Amino acid sequence: MTRIERKFEILKANNQKALITYITAGDPDLEVTKQLVLEMERKGADIIELGIPYSDPVADGPVIQRAAQRALSKKIKIKNIMDMVREIRKETQIPLLYLLYFNCMLQYGIEKFISECSEAGIDGLIIPDLPYEESKDVKDIAARYNVNIISLIAPTSTGRIKKIAQDAKGFIYCVSSTGVTGTREQFKTNFYEFMEEIKKYSDTPKAIGFGISSPEQAKEIKNYCEGVIVGSAIVRIIEDYNQSSEVIDKIGEFVSQLKAALNR
Amino acid sequence: MYNWKGRFGVFGGQYVPETLMNALIELEEQYDKYKDDPDFRKELDYYLREYCGRETPLYFAQRLTEYLGGGKIYLKREDLNHTGAHKINNVLGQILLAKKMGKKRIIAETGAGQHGVATATVAAMFGLQCEIYMGAEDVERQALNVFRMKLLGAKVNAVHSGTSTLKDATNEAMRDWVANVENTFYVIGSVVGPHPYPTIVRDFQRIIGDEVKKQILQKENRLPDYIIACVGGGSNAMGIFYPFLEDKDVKLIGTEAAGMGLDTDRHAATLAKGKIGVLHGMMSYFLQDEDGQIDPVYSISAGLDYPGIGPEHAYLKDSGRAQYVSITDKEALDAFQLLSNLEGIIPALESSHAIAYAMKLCPATSKNNIIIVNLSGRGDKDVYTVAKVLGVNLDDKN
Repeated sequence: MTRIERKFEILKANNQKALITYITAGDPDLEVTKQLVLEMERKGADIIELGIPYSDPVADGPVIQRAAQRALSKKIKIKNIMDMVREIRKETQIPLLYLLYFNCMLQYGIEKFISECSEAGIDGLIIPDLPYEESKDVKDIAARYNVNIISLIAPTSTGRIKKIAQDAKGFIYCVSSTGVTGTREQFKTNFYEFMEEIKKYSDTPKAIGFGISSPEQAKEIKNYCEGVIVGSAIVRIIEDYNQSSEVIDKIGEFVSQLKAALNR
Repeated sequence: MYNWKGRFGVFGGQYVPETLMNALIELEEQYDKYKDDPDFRKELDYYLREYCGRETPLYFAQRLTEYLGGGKIYLKREDLNHTGAHKINNVLGQILLAKKMGKKRIIAETGAGQHGVATATVAAMFGLQCEIYMGAEDVERQALNVFRMKLLGAKVNAVHSGTSTLKDATNEAMRDWVANVENTFYVIGSVVGPHPYPTIVRDFQRIIGDEVKKQILQKENRLPDYIIACVGGGSNAMGIFYPFLEDKDVKLIGTEAAGMGLDTDRHAATLAKGKIGVLHGMMSYFLQDEDGQIDPVYSISAGLDYPGIGPEHAYLKDSGRAQYVSITDKEALDAFQLLSNLEGIIPALESSHAIAYAMKLCPATSKNNIIIVNLSGRGDKDVYTVAKVLGVNLDDKN
């Protein structure tokens, strides 16, 4: 069992929903990333996604694109991020995932990357440009190292939900709406229908992400799933305060509000 | 393993966000349904003939041949197509398909602007809404094409992210498609992208090679010894190569952009210097670092300024069926001027890379050899760029 799977079991036993937060590793630098992870955990994050910055993040909107650019401008390498994760693991057992584009992993070496993830303390991987059809080899290797490859299901996945859901490990990343990451005023997706369809085929916990930007939205969305993912809204605060010592406190404050909304 | 489920050997595939998977599956199904449908073919042939101006001539370049002193050089005149390049062959095919699929909105990415102009043109002709994504740097260096697209009623979105060139325009078009996949058709401009695009674009461009085969048999009663075409993404090259793949005596040569030289980091020579990777939905060769970050690329020709290449070219390279060479900016500029002077044809800077290799190759061939160069587009759009390099001020009223 991975830390992710255990976390969802504990939350379920306590009748709670998971708060999953995203930040881009190395934005604005790796030391701040480490502090942000620890602060977010203190303020109630249950699972944390670390984005590996990429030059061409096609599934991401402008906020996360800019975060990646900021990190890359500091010459952040995958090996530096791995080292930071090793440091974080000395201080916390919070479940950690990488969100990365497939090419980064391919160039690093798929097995080398996954084995290092396992050794450094990464519990799962979200690879937004690796759909079900292309993912078998990666999943087979990840299973050997006890790393969850997180499956994504979109509102346009009609006809594909069964095979994706039945194959899912860790949790299922349910994409709230078509489009790239970024905050949204409202959602067109009928969450009830969308999530009921997924539930038919899998007991794996389901988390909804893409566009959730406020405690109010988190509170509404939690009724449909076991976890809520917030990314761009957090990264935007990092962008706004990135040169300031307040960034840690501001993120902590926002995460507490999100957690409070989920517990309400 | 060739062309097995969207793969050319190991190359190709569908590396896209889940949101797009059903759109790709639908596109493949619809394409399979229409590609051999007699009514669809008839309609496409009609527009290719009456609107586009096909077939394009295979012109014997007598003065260039005499000047270079080797085999006979023929130019396939794709520059004579409506809108001035081969791009429109594919755009007509894809937009007709979009119409059959009931899509009302067309998007496209463009580098030099030729694909954007072709898309805006055909969208106007069919009365469809059209948006074009173009890198901010290319918007600047291809101002004439930007103005054309606007005249044709398209919205042109300048892309400022990343390196502000074709790669980033492609990212942005993909993001638009992810958001609007239900009503939008993404017209990809080269033999790149996730399956089934590389196959679809190649099939719509193979008309170039099919015509060449017929024309050269009529003129020379035999197949050529060499076919030379420039490669950025590689659609004009794939189009002219494809019908000759089984004719093993015909040497197929792709010319990629060496920019300021392969010993610098200012080039776009994907096959010479790239590594296997994944970008824009496909596995192919890409210029990238050890972490998979895509390198900035450079060429004097905006249309060749792309860090990757179509997966079928990657396969042809590895299998040895085609050969790929690199041509510098300077060599392309020399070819641009030479063809203008000798033949009264101003070639696109992209095509000038193919001419430049013919200039190198031809003197070493015998008079009995036949060399066909694909003149993929005309050079009007590049006149400003060339004038600038040559130190001529076109705004000077004197």
